[in-house]
Amino acid sequence: MGNYLKKVFLIAGKDMRIEFRSKEKIYSMMLFSLLVMVIFNFAFEPGAEYIKDVAPGILWVAFIFAASLGLSRSFILEKEEDCMQGLMLSPLDRSGIYLGKVIGNFIFTMTIELLSLPFFALFFNLSLTAALPPLMIVIVLATFGFIAVGTLFSALSVGIRGGDMILPLLLFPMQVPVIIAAVKSTGMIMAGSGIEMYSQWLKLLIAFDIIFFVASFVIFEYLIEE
Amino acid sequence: MIEVSRLWKSYGPVDALRGIDLKIEKGEFLTVFGPNGAGKSTLLKILSTIIKPTSGKVNTDGIDISSANEDARRRIGVISHKAFLYGNLSAKENLLFFGRLYDLPDLEKRIDELLAEVGLAHRANDMVRTFSRGMLQRLTIARAIIHNPAIILLDEPYTGLDQHAARMLTNLLKKLHTEDKTIVMTTHDITNGLEISDRIVIQILGKIVFEDRSANQTVETFERVYFEKVGEGK
Repeated sequence: MGNYLKKVFLIAGKDMRIEFRSKEKIYSMMLFSLLVMVIFNFAFEPGAEYIKDVAPGILWVAFIFAASLGLSRSFILEKEEDCMQGLMLSPLDRSGIYLGKVIGNFIFTMTIELLSLPFFALFFNLSLTAALPPLMIVIVLATFGFIAVGTLFSALSVGIRGGDMILPLLLFPMQVPVIIAAVKSTGMIMAGSGIEMYSQWLKLLIAFDIIFFVASFVIFEYLIEE
Repeated sequence: MIEVSRLWKSYGPVDALRGIDLKIEKGEFLTVFGPNGAGKSTLLKILSTIIKPTSGKVNTDGIDISSANEDARRRIGVISHKAFLYGNLSAKENLLFFGRLYDLPDLEKRIDELLAEVGLAHRANDMVRTFSRGMLQRLTIARAIIHNPAIILLDEPYTGLDQHAARMLTNLLKKLHTEDKTIVMTTHDITNGLEISDRIVIQILGKIVFEDRSANQTVETFERVYFEKVGEGK
């Protein structure tokens, strides 16, 4: 098990090393996230009373679209010079490739989300200090669910012509429960509600994460083989 | 030794392999010739455990590769016309990454030896994306043999190489052959294929249609046989 995990982190570490060297993904994800916030900032008056109602939606539009941008690049790296075959030839169970990719994508996406959060507070004149601990729980759970399924679909779409276009079409309908749960619980956290008000949304996120992570983990091998 | 028996692979209604039987002795160099669409790459993908056959068996030194993939993979190295290398990592970083996936001891030493062997020691820390096609292919060889595999599979390794790089590849393959490696290569390059292999086969439409010792053939006689067989296949 230790050896398996060592190789999983080796794959995630390789992705991060390549990304931090080229910075293609990080720049485009960050720019996209900020752009969404700037556009909505012009559309809605900062500090207005209704901002608290629309802000959770704006936050998750920025996060989800930036994450899908990163996911579409995830397996392109492995497609160039057929590196995926190089990974498949190694004595590592193929689920390890999926796990390594999930960890890498999760770290990238969380980095972008954490960097975007202060800008979100600034643009919409929101104080997130008190809401930050529960908000972080929601962000981690929703991001993990999105990445667990997104990584699988990214592997699927990279072999298809126009895969970049197809990925969001496959991914977003599947992610509806995550997006709704994330937006609803974020809204309640920002409104200062207690955990009892949004605990059912957190339970939905946890259930989604477990079910879809396990399912993706199991079917990844069959998916990349054919 | 590699034993392939009654190997079939179907992609939906298309049969890429139709009952291949092959026996490749330890230390033997076999070259598979055939036109595009003959199923040569499919055969190598099955031998390398990348894909599973629809039916039939492949044993490498008694190990059934469909039931013991991870053990089999440690014994196999694959060289393709694609490098399986990351452009934004250096030559050394690429070899470190793949070497660690195989849990190799004394990895740094092994990498230094390999880079010297393929003539890339002076480019060890350069990004792979800056390499020429020939250099990339030499590094591919280093990546494929880093774990000292007993079996080496080559899928169209001469594709895209200039004459100098092709000669260098031939010399490297000859050297590997002297190290008692079992080698299976698919190629369209009749001259190089005949020169370095012990045995040759022609595969057409998923079947082996011709088999001989390389020593029995010259480029001219084999070309005649090859085009005759390809014509029949059509």
